[in-house]
Amino acid sequence: MKPDSLKNRTLPVLTILVVIVAVWYVGAYFMNAPFQRDLDRRGNVTSTAMEFVGKTMAQPKPVLPAPHQVAQNLFENTFLRRVTSNRSLVYHAWVTLSSTVAGFTMGTLLGILIAVGIVHVKALDRSLMPWIIASQTIPILAIAPMVIVVLAAVNITGLLPKALISTYLSFFPVAVGMVKGLRSPELIQLDLMRTYNASAAQTFWKLRVPASIPFLFTSMKVAIAASLVGAIVGELPTGAVAGIGSKLLAGAYYSQTIDIWAALIAGSVLAALLVTIVGIVARIVDRSMGGRPA
Amino acid sequence: MSVTSLSVVSARKLGLTFETGDGPVHALSNVDLEVSKGDFVSFIGPSGCGKTTFLRVIADLEKNTDGEITVNGMTPEEARKSRSYGYVFQAPALYPWRTIEKNIALPLEIMGHSAAERGKRIERTLDLVNLSGFGKKYPWQLSGGMQQRASIARALAFDADLLLMDEPFGALDEIVRDHLNEQLLKLWARTEKTICFVTHSIPEAVYLSTRIVVMSPRPGRVTDIIESTLPKERPLEIRETPEFLEIAHRVREGLRAGHSYEE
Repeated sequence: MKPDSLKNRTLPVLTILVVIVAVWYVGAYFMNAPFQRDLDRRGNVTSTAMEFVGKTMAQPKPVLPAPHQVAQNLFENTFLRRVTSNRSLVYHAWVTLSSTVAGFTMGTLLGILIAVGIVHVKALDRSLMPWIIASQTIPILAIAPMVIVVLAAVNITGLLPKALISTYLSFFPVAVGMVKGLRSPELIQLDLMRTYNASAAQTFWKLRVPASIPFLFTSMKVAIAASLVGAIVGELPTGAVAGIGSKLLAGAYYSQTIDIWAALIAGSVLAALLVTIVGIVARIVDRSMGGRPA
Repeated sequence: MSVTSLSVVSARKLGLTFETGDGPVHALSNVDLEVSKGDFVSFIGPSGCGKTTFLRVIADLEKNTDGEITVNGMTPEEARKSRSYGYVFQAPALYPWRTIEKNIALPLEIMGHSAAERGKRIERTLDLVNLSGFGKKYPWQLSGGMQQRASIARALAFDADLLLMDEPFGALDEIVRDHLNEQLLKLWARTEKTICFVTHSIPEAVYLSTRIVVMSPRPGRVTDIIESTLPKERPLEIRETPEFLEIAHRVREGLRAGHSYEE
């Protein structure tokens, strides 16, 4: 790590974080103030300005929970509960994570398969791409319940239907990225293979595949985030009992706004974690393939 | 052995016409040429004279539309399939994810040489281009001149008798180019290969070649073939001798006769 990385990288990020938290607090006050004023009037309570501000930040079901309320909820539900407990965010995150990873894996494989087909079969090149693009214009919220219902009708429930929704979202960036990656070798590099009288398989494995690896990881970063969204969306319409999505839904039913926000943050932390992991793997692979250190 | 069996490249009335949206483009027209074993033949001319196209026809990277051509007595396609030539491109075209020795190993892997055989050949060809000790480096760790030498090593690794070089030193500065020209001559003397060399530098063509093929554009054709009278042993200083200047003058005349200096 470079000595100035704190100054160059951490500091800007922290500055933005502080700004966001500040804006959030101000927002929480204004969003919750009307209800609090109403409450105070009916209860005939008079309070000083400071007391009033404090109360807007301590409601059990605020319109916009204050950051420390969310932080407290997040902390309690992450570290103070048994991970097998239904109230543990770790438990819910794990449920979502498992279908995310399953869907991401299937999506990546499917995306690669489609890309290989498009690059090597002219008929697929002409016929498949418009359908792939069309598939992504359909709102996932419209598709997800149908997938769940149809699969439930044939007795497939649990992880797989959710994972399939992740697959649906994640194959697309991989397919598009890999088509580009597999076509990235320059003419001169392809000509070189031709002068060796290399077979199509040799050209594929020794040139197209290694050339496409950077493209693969870039699209995998997008795909894993999309997979997580897919898994969460997949949990919403199913009345799923576990997962970040179900936590969001339950929070919405019972107006547990703090729970919703805590689940949302758990979801984004999970997303950041997953993208970071893909990024680290990408860097390791890049180094092992002779990548010039940045 | 008869004389004809020594012919490596033989072109008769060779022509190549590209069909484009703006009508046909005559990249090559009526090219007659014999390249014999052990020759160092340079192709010189302005852009668009078809010199690179001719090399690509020999390599079966383009197909001629007229006339005939044989490479080692075969069609270019058969010659390519029997791996008769090594091709050096304008850019090194090294695969960035492979080390230098892995890059040299690439054709050997494709042609199915054993690991032990690959190691032996890598060592030998690295030595031929004076890159011993650089095998474990990645391309980006080498200078442009060293990268191009590595690409020459790659073309030499599988022992094809014919080396096709398409402006291999065109992107390098003159000092590096002089040095590589000298090394290339030594390499040619050591390996006794037949070399077809495309260039747009008159001194480079005269310094390197036993024969210089002067070409002209629109349509791409051969305007003159000059046999070099220079000895096989050529120090860099030979470029200041009257003999050298005389050949260079003839090349320049040939280019002028083909209207290469117009526009």
